[in-house]
Amino acid sequence: MSNNAGFLKSSIGKKFIMGVTGLFLITFLIVHCFVNSLIFFNDGGETFNKGAEFMGTNWIIRAMEIVLFAGIILHIVQALVLTLDNRKARPIPYEKFNGAANSSWYSRSMGLLGTLILMFLIIHLKHFWVLSRFTDHIAHNDYEKMPGQETMYHEMLEVFENPLVVLVYVLAMVSLAYHLMHGFQSAFQTLGLNHRKYTPHIKKFGIIFSIVICIIFASMPIAMHFGLVK
Amino acid sequence: MASSKKLDAKIPDGQLEQKWSKYKSTVHLVNPANKRSLEVLVIGSGLAGSSAAASLAEMGYKVKVFCFQDSPRRAHSIAAQGGINAAKNYQNDGDSVYRLFYDTIKGGDYRSREGNVHRLAEVSSHIIDQCVAQGVPFAREYGGLLSNRSFGGTQVQRTFYAAGQTGQQLLLGAYSALQRQVGMGAVKLLARHEMLDIVNIDGKCRGIIARDLVSGKLERHFGHAVLLCTGGYGNVFFLSTNAMGCNVTAAWKAHKKGAFFGNPCYTQIHPTCIPVSGEHQSKLTLMSESLRNDGRIWVPKKKEDAQAIASGKMNPNDLKEDDRDYYLERRYPAFGNLVPRDVASRAAKERCDSGFGVNATGQAVYLDFAFNMKYKYGKTEATKKGIENPTEEQLTEFGQAVIKEKYGNLFDMYEQITGVNPYKNPMMIYPAVHYTMGGLWVDYHLMTTVPGLYALGEANFSDHGANRLGASALMQGLADGYFVIPYTIGEYLADEIRTKSIPTENEEFVKAEQEVENRINKLLNIKGTKSVDHFHKRLGKVMWDKCGMARNAEGLKWAIEEIRKIRAEFWADVRVPGSANEFNPELEKAGRVADFIELGELMCKDALHRNESCGGHFREEYQTEEGEANRDDEKFAYVAAWEMKEVGEWELNKEELKFENIKIAARSYK
Amino acid sequence: MAGTSEKTINVNVKVWRQKNKNEKGGFETHDMKGVSVDMSFLEMFDVLNERLINEGKDPVAFDHDCREGICGMCSMYINGRPHGPKQGVTTCQLHMRSFKDGDTIVVEPWRSAAFPVIKDLAVDRSAFDRVIAAGGFVSVNTGNAKDANNILIPKDDADEAFNAAACIGCGACVAACKNGSAMLFVSAKVSQLALLPQGKVEAQQRVLDMVHHMDMEGFGNCTNTGACEAECPKEISLENIARMNREFLFANANEKK
Repeated sequence: MSNNAGFLKSSIGKKFIMGVTGLFLITFLIVHCFVNSLIFFNDGGETFNKGAEFMGTNWIIRAMEIVLFAGIILHIVQALVLTLDNRKARPIPYEKFNGAANSSWYSRSMGLLGTLILMFLIIHLKHFWVLSRFTDHIAHNDYEKMPGQETMYHEMLEVFENPLVVLVYVLAMVSLAYHLMHGFQSAFQTLGLNHRKYTPHIKKFGIIFSIVICIIFASMPIAMHFGLVK
Repeated sequence: MASSKKLDAKIPDGQLEQKWSKYKSTVHLVNPANKRSLEVLVIGSGLAGSSAAASLAEMGYKVKVFCFQDSPRRAHSIAAQGGINAAKNYQNDGDSVYRLFYDTIKGGDYRSREGNVHRLAEVSSHIIDQCVAQGVPFAREYGGLLSNRSFGGTQVQRTFYAAGQTGQQLLLGAYSALQRQVGMGAVKLLARHEMLDIVNIDGKCRGIIARDLVSGKLERHFGHAVLLCTGGYGNVFFLSTNAMGCNVTAAWKAHKKGAFFGNPCYTQIHPTCIPVSGEHQSKLTLMSESLRNDGRIWVPKKKEDAQAIASGKMNPNDLKEDDRDYYLERRYPAFGNLVPRDVASRAAKERCDSGFGVNATGQAVYLDFAFNMKYKYGKTEATKKGIENPTEEQLTEFGQAVIKEKYGNLFDMYEQITGVNPYKNPMMIYPAVHYTMGGLWVDYHLMTTVPGLYALGEANFSDHGANRLGASALMQGLADGYFVIPYTIGEYLADEIRTKSIPTENEEFVKAEQEVENRINKLLNIKGTKSVDHFHKRLGKVMWDKCGMARNAEGLKWAIEEIRKIRAEFWADVRVPGSANEFNPELEKAGRVADFIELGELMCKDALHRNESCGGHFREEYQTEEGEANRDDEKFAYVAAWEMKEVGEWELNKEELKFENIKIAARSYK
Repeated sequence: MAGTSEKTINVNVKVWRQKNKNEKGGFETHDMKGVSVDMSFLEMFDVLNERLINEGKDPVAFDHDCREGICGMCSMYINGRPHGPKQGVTTCQLHMRSFKDGDTIVVEPWRSAAFPVIKDLAVDRSAFDRVIAAGGFVSVNTGNAKDANNILIPKDDADEAFNAAACIGCGACVAACKNGSAMLFVSAKVSQLALLPQGKVEAQQRVLDMVHHMDMEGFGNCTNTGACEAECPKEISLENIARMNREFLFANANEKK
């Protein structure tokens, strides 16, 4: 007879959820990054708008959007549960704590980084997603544009005129990069995928990936703000 | 010489090879239903205690285990480094049960019982089987088979090992087995509990008084039988390789209540320990005997070189080969650096006393790996790599890698403690107290002279005679716990099935608890001026100087007087802070040191009466012209079992040792 | 050369004092003058305690036993790190030469809900024993074993099992982890036995039981910071945690209920 209380109630099960949702969110980032990178065609948004149109109308993508939100919420809720658990596990803190001696600061600050990312996410969703999904403000493309409507591309150009917004976006991407630098390899460890031969490569790849994808994301508002992409 | 009437070793009749198997098939049994109502108390959770408790619980007995540490896994068996012997003959080098038996008797300088030792040799191979089945990760060869190495005092490879942490792995195996029974409710575990007395009712041991070390409360526990698996008493010397908590208290309380103490003076001084570094030293650290496989022991040939090195004017690496004295290889060509421990220790002492010591205190010799590193391992590795004419640097580099794999943890530990890199400089070593062959006298059943009270492992005097061979302590602890006591306890308990649990309100329990409480209060109320450690250090110094590696009548007589003075002063002037009803490590220590002081006197008394040199007991008056031990089999081929009359008063009982299967001879390793 | 150096330093020791489990504790500072650098950290505490006793004060309670780095009993959190500033050593093997003259050394007990303080620096780690009792064994009774060489084990597996089995159960992993997680300890035992054929038979049940029990004891959750591995005096690898995760996943997937 097993004493197993149920996979999802166990500490490892909870971590498993974090890992799986985390990896899933990473795949979303890749798609998102790919589509947005279309702005770098620098063709006045034509290619990008087609991409945005596809993402906005394809039913598979629309269905995945629901899964995506579920994933984000699960990732956040589980993180909160784990954090509360962990608080309880050390009711009295240390007087002197030298975490730097044994771990990276960002691996110990996933909650803080995650919170920053969440705050950014709210701003970001308000900037674009709410507008495109719940208002008529966004037109599908230049040709069918109704009066008062903008394409997604132009909306971006407009939003990123504000230097404060650009700064927020760039800082958010820095947070995301650190979050991923730990999160990427951590997810593999949680899923039990640790191998003396491959893990060093996974770790290296994870760090390069985290930095590159965040640089690409951050370069978008910067490029638009400074008119490198028009 | 005839044995004392008070001592019946109960060794089965018949041929040596058949004694144990015959005993096992005729011993009384307890049926499973009755086992459930029989309670056994196990004191101590080292190899002997954990293995006994687990095995007895598996058989169905109700078991309680007590240990003073916070977990049974901390017992000092865990620190054994080198290995465990077993007569498996896996190396096809001519080993056999008889040879292990013979080596152990000879290694013990003919001062142990043939019957016990043969039984030990017989069960040795089952121990390895049992431990492997438990998942103990012994070292293995590439083919997946178990690996062996050799140890002092033998010419075969019969030592099984797990890097330099064999004791740890074996103990964790036994601990796992114990915890399995704890999890099933068959064993009740009482950690941070110290046994402070035994309770005898109508001439039988029926329980103990224990102190809960966290709350300070005294507890009474009933048992149909009590097993003392409480280790040795090396800490009587203050400095030893024992853990800080190792103590004689449990055995001593039993001794005071009727259990005879056997051969208390037989102390093993281990030749390869890290030398004392200063006044503040709290314990000594062992460097495994396995290092003597590859390290060569030497001191300078000339005194002026020794002085130059000791004062730091000369680097030992610069001393020419011809100016080095590999004194073990010189004196004992057949065994060389692998002579038994007592021989190696005395040889080191002889060189240092003659002024050849290599550190500031003059009490250190070198254990040097450079030669084997270069020419044994370096050459082999170079050949493997296909380098025909390797440079000296290459040889050192290759050899270092091999040494690192074999002894890396020990080398790291050495550097940690001394701050000196042993890959570059030869290690400095000096003998230190390590193990006590003496202990409670037990018969073949491991029962003491108190019915129902057993002693297992290092706590008994049994199998090692006057000197224990390397890698035999683990063997004996586990043999006693796994394979001996499960049979022999049945012989006693079979007659106890009608004995109901005795309520601990019984007057004997009340009385014993009162005595313990009085003693604790007495210690606390002295409120003197000196700490417990102060007395412990003084006792230790007397013991080391007068009852250590070399003893003489004059010194021992002086020591006895001195120890009596220390005892009187202790009870008049010790300061024990805190109260009885709290976690109070100083109070624990005070009780233990008080017992050590009483024991110290007995050790000196035993050493004084034994007018011969044998094994770990070396009397300066009794040596050959070459300085070897001079045994007197005519007068001293017996076990000295001391019966306490009152503190400081003992009566000697002798158990004659008969050698029917081995020709008793001078022990030679030349 | 060792044994001859008479170098000494002065340090301030800021140590946690707490009378018992129920009372509130606080820090107390002692200046230690002329501490020999050849002393071990615990010997420095011996000197401090000797002084406290002579002054009629209560000595500092701390756990220690073998003083050679193997029993796992010593457990001080020194300057923000379990077992102090050196890697791969226990407190008892830490020497004063690792500190500088004038240093202030903050010494605290392990902090974990699962390890309540008994007194001063001594904590109760019996939670570890209970986790082992839940499944950290091979179910083999004494006398049931076949010849040891009947089980062939590849050297690499044996070595890896040994590396995991080298855990001394000191609890530094829990103390170091910002979440107070015991994953390294538990996974070391799970790994050791999962790597060996003797342990494979009940590997599935073992990991389920041990993880369940670990969670019950109130340890935190692993977030893979790697602090445990970095602070482990026996340098037990994080690979063991991954292996336990894997074992746990499969065991759950395979569980027949």
